Amino acid sequence: MSTKNFEVLEEVVIKFAGDSGDGMQLTGGQFTNTAALFGNDLGTFPDFPAEIRAPIGTVAGVSGYQLNFGSKEIYTPGDKCDVLVAMNSAALKVNLFNLKKGGIIIANTSGFDLKNLKLSGYDKNPLDDGTLDGYNLIKVDVTRMTREATEDIQLGVKEKDRCKNMFVLGFLYWMFDRPMENTINFITKKFAKQDDVKEANLRALKAGYHYGDTTETFTTRYHVEKAKMEPGTYRNIMGNQALSLGLVAASQKSGLPLFLGAYPITPASDILHELAKFKNFGIRTYQAEDEIAAICSAIGASFGGSLGVTTTSGPGMALKLEAMGLAVMLEIPLVICDIQRGGPSTGLPTKTEQADLLHALYGRNGECPMPVLAARSPADCFDTVLEAARIAIQHMTPVILLSDGYIANGAEPWRFPSGNDLREIKTSFAKPMENGEKFMPYARDEKLARPWAIPGTRGLEHRIGGLEKQNITGNISYEPENHEFMVKLREEKVELVADYIPLQSLDSGPEKGELLVLGWGGTYGSIKASVKELQDEGYKVAHAHLRYLKPFPKNLGELLHNYDKVLVPEINNGQLVKVIRDKFMIPAIPFNKIQGLPIMKAELVNSIKSLLA
Amino acid sequence: MIDSSTVTEPVVKLTAKDFQTDQDVRWCPGCGDYSILKQVHTILPQLGLKKEDLVFISGIGCSSRFPYYTDTFGMHSIHGRATAVASGLKATRPELSVWIVTGDGDALSIGGNHFIHLMRRNFDVNVLMFNNQIYGLTKGQYSPTSEVNKITKSTPYGSVDHPFNPIALALGSDATFVARSMDRDPAHLQQMLLQTWKHKGASFLEIYQNCNIYNDQAFELFTEKGTKKMNDLFMVEGQPLIFGNNDEMGIRLDGFTPQVVNLNDGFSKDDLMVHQPKDINKAMILSRLYEMNDSEHHFPKPFGVFYVKDRDTYEDVMNGQVEAALAKMGTGDLDKLLRGKETWTVV
Repeated sequence: MSTKNFEVLEEVVIKFAGDSGDGMQLTGGQFTNTAALFGNDLGTFPDFPAEIRAPIGTVAGVSGYQLNFGSKEIYTPGDKCDVLVAMNSAALKVNLFNLKKGGIIIANTSGFDLKNLKLSGYDKNPLDDGTLDGYNLIKVDVTRMTREATEDIQLGVKEKDRCKNMFVLGFLYWMFDRPMENTINFITKKFAKQDDVKEANLRALKAGYHYGDTTETFTTRYHVEKAKMEPGTYRNIMGNQALSLGLVAASQKSGLPLFLGAYPITPASDILHELAKFKNFGIRTYQAEDEIAAICSAIGASFGGSLGVTTTSGPGMALKLEAMGLAVMLEIPLVICDIQRGGPSTGLPTKTEQADLLHALYGRNGECPMPVLAARSPADCFDTVLEAARIAIQHMTPVILLSDGYIANGAEPWRFPSGNDLREIKTSFAKPMENGEKFMPYARDEKLARPWAIPGTRGLEHRIGGLEKQNITGNISYEPENHEFMVKLREEKVELVADYIPLQSLDSGPEKGELLVLGWGGTYGSIKASVKELQDEGYKVAHAHLRYLKPFPKNLGELLHNYDKVLVPEINNGQLVKVIRDKFMIPAIPFNKIQGLPIMKAELVNSIKSLLA
Repeated sequence: MIDSSTVTEPVVKLTAKDFQTDQDVRWCPGCGDYSILKQVHTILPQLGLKKEDLVFISGIGCSSRFPYYTDTFGMHSIHGRATAVASGLKATRPELSVWIVTGDGDALSIGGNHFIHLMRRNFDVNVLMFNNQIYGLTKGQYSPTSEVNKITKSTPYGSVDHPFNPIALALGSDATFVARSMDRDPAHLQQMLLQTWKHKGASFLEIYQNCNIYNDQAFELFTEKGTKKMNDLFMVEGQPLIFGNNDEMGIRLDGFTPQVVNLNDGFSKDDLMVHQPKDINKAMILSRLYEMNDSEHHFPKPFGVFYVKDRDTYEDVMNGQVEAALAKMGTGDLDKLLRGKETWTVV
């Protein structure tokens, strides 16, 4: 029996770090699920290397997974870590800077042998030379103990070593007083057909737990109570997963079959992988030969009466621009999801950034307006893509949805809706025409939307294309006045969407005053956590977060003018801030971080304090 | 080869006139496109399809104006991408008759990637590629099918690029129907259009089309009365390959090497290569026949169906997977999907 003391914590940040092959994503994911099932609020962020298999033991090959869980509300995966799991010396080297002073390091000593030290660029072993003084260092020979625990199992050493991550997980379950059931079930199911592998993983997991229990080295265990969350049923969800489910919901609520045209690209590919599973929802996924074919096939599907969708990231967006212009001219529904990553060019494929906003708003030839929406958190991807689909269908326009690598791969608890809670998306196709009456493909309704006239409908035969057209008839027109008229009409049509979206509300803070922090997209958690900390300290600061970036909610200007200062934090070199200055003529203040990393609470809090001083 | 006599009677009695639109046709007077438009309008009523079930999708270029002049559903898309747009439409609406109208620049240059992938995937669509060996709409630059050393506005010292052989490219992309015809032979063009339509799978029809402004007489050798008989080889399934002013010339195979022989020089029709469009090796040989011309050999240019093969279409397999999933798992339950595998309840 354990006689060790429990210390109660409100929130804990753990970073699991190891070589790409060490299974850190899986370990982190398992701990996350267990914490979620227990009832903690949480936020997670995986941090992959760009290379699939960088040389083992090098800093380039380090893969990390950060988890923030707590008994209070959690908005981000956390700034600095309380606990760092370092499976080798490279993992320590990469992550030590981000560990709190006095934080816990769980180091796998066999990952600090001469070879590993050399590969990671350490002259001396940091576990022994005083480098880690001031931290709570727990040295565990994970490799040796995993081998011992699996000694009599008929597996090779390599396969046994693959269970190292389960030993660590078991140890952490002990340390944070968590049951092993969830992971035991997971292992049992995953390796149902490989008895030896299953047994080895289970043994390693339990050995890790019992190691904590029986070793006298550790004096403290930690307990994190359940969070006080809104009553309801929750699940854990990642952003790309939520986006995929949102698209399925959009298909169901509109009654339109969904067609996804996509080309694999990080960090958007998981949406293709997810949707490819849902064939019994009538979903068709098409892995096209390139980004251009991906969007063009979606346009073809929309022309035929499906909900056409394409998903990509920055470089793919660049390739799709011409076809987006076609969709604007055709005035047909289309949802374009851009899961942003660091750019330009190939940039930082596995790192996050918000630098495609101006690209989404303006990056096409000609005057080419499209509604633009941005999701703010993993679960919010669901609601936002559903909203993007609604606008696309009801306003007959392509719509861009911006997500980013941070929320796409991050996870949080989600109080999922039931299908009945979701609004229907009213959809109608143009009706057949008899008696040779002439069909007008560019006639418009009160939203300025034209009829969706799909092939196979009698009497609606018509031709559309990328050339400028006359309103109502849709015939090609090169008339000077007509072009100006149509350019303004297409802009007005998109601006009219503002009549069908909610007014901008404050996330928190006073309705008038000295400072408003205005954010958009994936910075939501960081801004919310920062503003909350300041408000708790008595500062009068407000936070508003934009989902609709084009058109803006109708009251946005009025709202902004209620504050002396408006601060716009972004993970780019200042994009929304330009648009806000241009549109509302206010001296909005930029706060920018362009490191492929989310904004840390501490840095934003300091910046806001200096503005209020 | 498909027998065009089996084409079903129209459900609705339509005429070529029903397929004309109210738009003025704006091709240059004398352009080969007029003949192609006319032959397409002539065969469409024979297909037994309703007008609303036909869709013409084009890219950019002179040929790509085609949809505006054909009273069906149509889309004049963007340069090179008609194939990609048509793929998405056919995948989701397999019952529609989808036609792609493109040119040598549109299909093989800017749209080359989509073209080869359309062929290998085998969507049941009909690709009509008007080949005039020039960029017409941009006023006369050489194209990917132009002959080497062509003097054009963009190549005043002569073009350097080796040209594509569109038939060989389509065969190399595993197209399941590959044929060639020309604007100046209405009867043959109509026959080829019907066979193109009849084939279930990606059908590629290359149509030689004269651009009388920027590349006049490019195909004169094959289209004019005086030279046509000696330079054209009209392939008919099951028949020996014969050409010549008095049908006195034939193609004979010596191993894998084709030879031109004169039936008056001791060869009989039994010695000749019999056209078997289901044989990919023979199709490959015929696709390269004309390239074997040199000072000692005079090979004709083949017209007709090079190759035809039955293979599952993309849309049938794709939609089959959806049906199989529905049969196996039943219609998807949104609530179950949103709930996922693991949940917890906060009270």
